[in-house]
Amino acid sequence: MKIANLKKIDFRSTLIYWMFLVIFLAFSVILHDDGFLQSNNLLNILRQTATITVMAVAMTFVISAAEIDLSIGGVAGLTSVVAALMIRDHGLVQGILAGLAIGFIVGSANGLLVARVGIPSFLVTLGMQGVAVGFAALVTNYYPVPILNDTFNRIFGSGTIGKFPGLLLWSFTAVIIGWITLTKTTFGRRVLATGGNRDAAEFNGINTKNIKFQVMLISSVVASIAGLLYAGRLQTGRYEWGAGDELSAIAAVILGGTSLFGGSGRIIGTFFGALLVGLINNGLILAGLPVSQQQIIRGLIIILAVALARKK
Amino acid sequence: MVDISKSFFGVKVLDEVSFAVLPGEIHALAGENGAGKSTLMKILQGVYSMDSGEIRIAGSSVSIHSFQDARNLGIGMVFQEFSLVPELTVAQNIFLDREHKNRFGLFDEKETVKQAHIVMESLGLHIDVTAKVSTLGRAYKQLTEIAKAIAGDAKILILDEPTASLAKEEVEALFKVLRGLTSRGVSIIYISHRMDEIYKICDRITILRDGKRIAVASLQEITPNEIIAHITGRKDLEMLAHDGRSSSQFESPNFEVEGLQVGTRVNHVSFQLFPGQILGLAGLMGSGRTELVRALFGLDKKDQGTIKIDGKEVIIKNPRDAMAHGLAFIPEDRRRQGLIMEHTVKHNILSTNLSSLSHHSFLNFPKINSVVHNSITKFEVRPGEANREVRLFSGGNQQKVVIAKWMATNPRFVLLDEPTVGVDIGTKVEIMKLIRSIAHEGKSVILISSELPELLSVCDRILVIRKGEIAEDLNRNEIKDEDHLQMIVQGIHV
Repeated sequence: MKIANLKKIDFRSTLIYWMFLVIFLAFSVILHDDGFLQSNNLLNILRQTATITVMAVAMTFVISAAEIDLSIGGVAGLTSVVAALMIRDHGLVQGILAGLAIGFIVGSANGLLVARVGIPSFLVTLGMQGVAVGFAALVTNYYPVPILNDTFNRIFGSGTIGKFPGLLLWSFTAVIIGWITLTKTTFGRRVLATGGNRDAAEFNGINTKNIKFQVMLISSVVASIAGLLYAGRLQTGRYEWGAGDELSAIAAVILGGTSLFGGSGRIIGTFFGALLVGLINNGLILAGLPVSQQQIIRGLIIILAVALARKK
Repeated sequence: MVDISKSFFGVKVLDEVSFAVLPGEIHALAGENGAGKSTLMKILQGVYSMDSGEIRIAGSSVSIHSFQDARNLGIGMVFQEFSLVPELTVAQNIFLDREHKNRFGLFDEKETVKQAHIVMESLGLHIDVTAKVSTLGRAYKQLTEIAKAIAGDAKILILDEPTASLAKEEVEALFKVLRGLTSRGVSIIYISHRMDEIYKICDRITILRDGKRIAVASLQEITPNEIIAHITGRKDLEMLAHDGRSSSQFESPNFEVEGLQVGTRVNHVSFQLFPGQILGLAGLMGSGRTELVRALFGLDKKDQGTIKIDGKEVIIKNPRDAMAHGLAFIPEDRRRQGLIMEHTVKHNILSTNLSSLSHHSFLNFPKINSVVHNSITKFEVRPGEANREVRLFSGGNQQKVVIAKWMATNPRFVLLDEPTVGVDIGTKVEIMKLIRSIAHEGKSVILISSELPELLSVCDRILVIRKGEIAEDLNRNEIKDEDHLQMIVQGIHV
């Protein structure tokens, strides 16, 4: 029995890599003639998943602390809009700072409501999602706001380093910082302890309220960085950017082997989870399926994969 | 159950164990954690399948492959961790999954309540069956569990440590119900570590050790010492004798509590603690012992009172303050409060020592590994695997991990709340020795225990708590024996 448990965990912890490998190989064969394996396409996958990767890294901390953040898509959208407006009217630095300020404000509000007032994060962030998207639509009257500042666009997503898209640098940086923070720092241990058993963590002298506040704050700030990346890559601020990203990010985290119930987190797994989500998206597009069918198949694949990866 | 064997991946957990219960008998099943008790019971309930052997009920061979099978054969289990739904009423819980329906196929509340009443009456219990389970005390929850099993027509009832969280009078109520059941021909399998209870309520005992049946005896024919020797396998089990220190050796107190008030649970408590002293807190469940130490550790708000360390007043508002002042707290519920069950031994030990084992918030892994390794060796955690999840350890070894992680903080004051609950006898002895060695290092210890022999064996002084107040303050040598202390705790004056 005990040995069986260990084996099961082992299998689950490497599952994401197997799934990634199997789907990658399957697409390589099926979609070979559609150019799946061309380096341009592969770089494209990495570029498209960069924003999800960045958000999913922060989401790994949130879920490890046994919370959830459904507002990240809305925060990204609102940030893109606010940054675009501020860049247009005031300048580059003001735009970036205003964008990050959105993350701070929403994150602090989420954190206070979750950690201090004690409302479940699921409800707080679901409500906040609506508020953020609504605000973004309101201030732009639903219109996209173009960003003409080349420096901004180059830094946040449109630039390249040699042959590689600059977005890759953002996603690798996020993964590396996230991995070090989760596995090598006291903060990471506190997050995992809080999510693993809040009572015991509190008995151990860990300020679990602070930890919950901090993960909610980090998640929002990182979502606002993702919003800047959307704005830079698409050279526009628009309230719709980021819509639905919370689900892709959560799927990436759970696929990566992080427990939905808190207490265990895997950043590298999350990275591959995000890549897998991007891989599936790309494959379905290359296969030439209509959007409606893409959505159905993507949904089913994600449910199936999460069911397999789920840690009880 | 005849010649039951079971192996998990080549490790023989049960080796041709036979176990028989007579109708109307209360049969104790004893053994250390890991002796095979729970595996045997899980086979009986269809949770595990056996490799070989046979189960017979009333003489005929049966096969049990699921919980449903067991229930249909009249085998009922009263869970240690309650299996009741807190937001449903007592009646609804009793008939959970067997709901009474009216002619429209809908849930029939009236009939359910009526039937629940009948069940309770038959047990001689007066419980309001329309009350929500969440409003009941632990004893009544336990009795509701029994009612639930009985309503399912259980002929064989398994109770696993049923009194672990009950006060004395509640235990009496439980025993009365159990005796009533046996007179109706129900057989009861009683798993317990508490010797006095086994003698009080059981007819016969089966003792398992290392997956083998060591002895079966009528309790009239076996002495407690023999039972303990069978359980531990150590004939020369040194009974925990007091090592006879007197409080005169203590010079000046380093920890003083004055006029502590916590709600209505702790009333104007004052006491002093000396370096190297072991102070026992005796008292019944609910007397306010746990609330007292919780407040000291900053888990509950103090309404009044001061704490002085080395003569200086200190403010302790939360566990972080307490730890900063050198306090450590080993809580009574190790699964919920003491440990993160899904984390490894290493990470659990790390969790109380994050600041000392890091540099500018970066974890110092060489130091962590050596501290963890030393802790495992010093506290004899078995198996000594740092990267094994604590949920895979036995109760006794889990408790050692809790003690180890707190001792690694190098505390000056160690508070222990029921450190031996649900721990086998061998480990109990080890834990008592540990407490002694902690005190010998010059640390001050406050020990709460409901097991009076434990208090008597290690404490230098014992405070008896009654209704939140210190009722008696006794030096160890003022107490004659366990009976004497029991009388004091109960408030009976000779």
